[in-house]
Amino acid sequence: MRTEDLINALAADPPAVRPGPGALLPLAAGIAIMILGYGILLDARPDIAEAARSAAFILKLAAAALLAVAAAGTLVRLARPGRSIGPWPYALLLPILLLGGGVVATIAGTPASDWGARLVGTNALACLTVIPALAAAPLAGAIVWLRSRAPTRPASVGALAGILAGSLAAVLYGTTCIDDSPLFVATWYLLAIATVAAAGALLGQRFLRW
Amino acid sequence: MLLLDRETEWSLLMRAALDGDGEAYARFLRSLAHPLRILVGRGLARARLSPGDVEDVVQETLLAIHLKAATWDRSGPIVPWIAAIARHKAVDMLRRRHRRLEVAIDDLVGDWEVAEENAPQITRSELQTLLSRLPDRQQQVIRSISLDGGTIASTASALGISEGAVRVGLHRGLKALADQARKAGS
Repeated sequence: MRTEDLINALAADPPAVRPGPGALLPLAAGIAIMILGYGILLDARPDIAEAARSAAFILKLAAAALLAVAAAGTLVRLARPGRSIGPWPYALLLPILLLGGGVVATIAGTPASDWGARLVGTNALACLTVIPALAAAPLAGAIVWLRSRAPTRPASVGALAGILAGSLAAVLYGTTCIDDSPLFVATWYLLAIATVAAAGALLGQRFLRW
Repeated sequence: MLLLDRETEWSLLMRAALDGDGEAYARFLRSLAHPLRILVGRGLARARLSPGDVEDVVQETLLAIHLKAATWDRSGPIVPWIAAIARHKAVDMLRRRHRRLEVAIDDLVGDWEVAEENAPQITRSELQTLLSRLPDRQQQVIRSISLDGGTIASTASALGISEGAVRVGLHRGLKALADQARKAGS
């Protein structure tokens, strides 16, 4: 086929593009399913009003929310070819630094004999299962959204989609989980999000090539 | 149009195309093909690929530009978007041939102003081979419009189907063609 022949075929099929946020619908649907699942299966911790005044609880939710914003900002830019990413990947480090600061403050402010208890917390296993379970729907939605875009790095973009889904799930799960110590959050929450990121990378390699 | 630079010309044409102007779209694609050939040819020159491989990358890039048109931000520049897609497709071809990209394709954007030449008349491209793997109806539609120079209307009457069916078959066929090209590469 000569290139001129291909152009004949392409020209007969002009792209009709409706501008608007329609492409984001799958991601929005995934997030809605996650919130619905949370509403049906989980409950906010009983002492939430009290917890909302504790620095550790606020730090936990703020770090997760910040991670979600940084991942979303980077993704939006990577989804379009030829667009510069700017400083967005560095924004991913902010929540990590924030948590790191919390860990240092905990270690400095509590006796070494307490560290183990804070690290293990009360329910690390729930954290490692509930966060990925909540993240499944928004991850699937993000992959469907990205398929309609044109990311040139399938595995990294898939991993970022996993970080976005995982950190959104972590914000929700954070309101039910009674472990607030930065030692716990930095270990188990990040591990749970990393699991979702790994799943996202695999999905990306499989579904985001074009 | 001669007075406009490529960025201005292409973004004007593409904006019109996205608003439904088929003629502007055809002009956009035709004025894009040769600069794209030069760009990809230079990017791939050191990998010693055949001119046929270069033309395959050009065709796959045009197909990707077509199918990913919605990802161009119409308020932004179009040349970096085109170059990034061309680069993506060139890297894909090099991976297929087990070579690495040695020249950054994005760096060549400034060198696009080149004398027009005749397009190489390649007789058989990868896309042509892949075309034969498509469902019959999609193959017939694409062949009729691309190789035989038919219109939507003439294809519809030749195949005895509606114009809408021709449009759908053409769009699905082009999408399937891009999928086949991607699968052939992995």
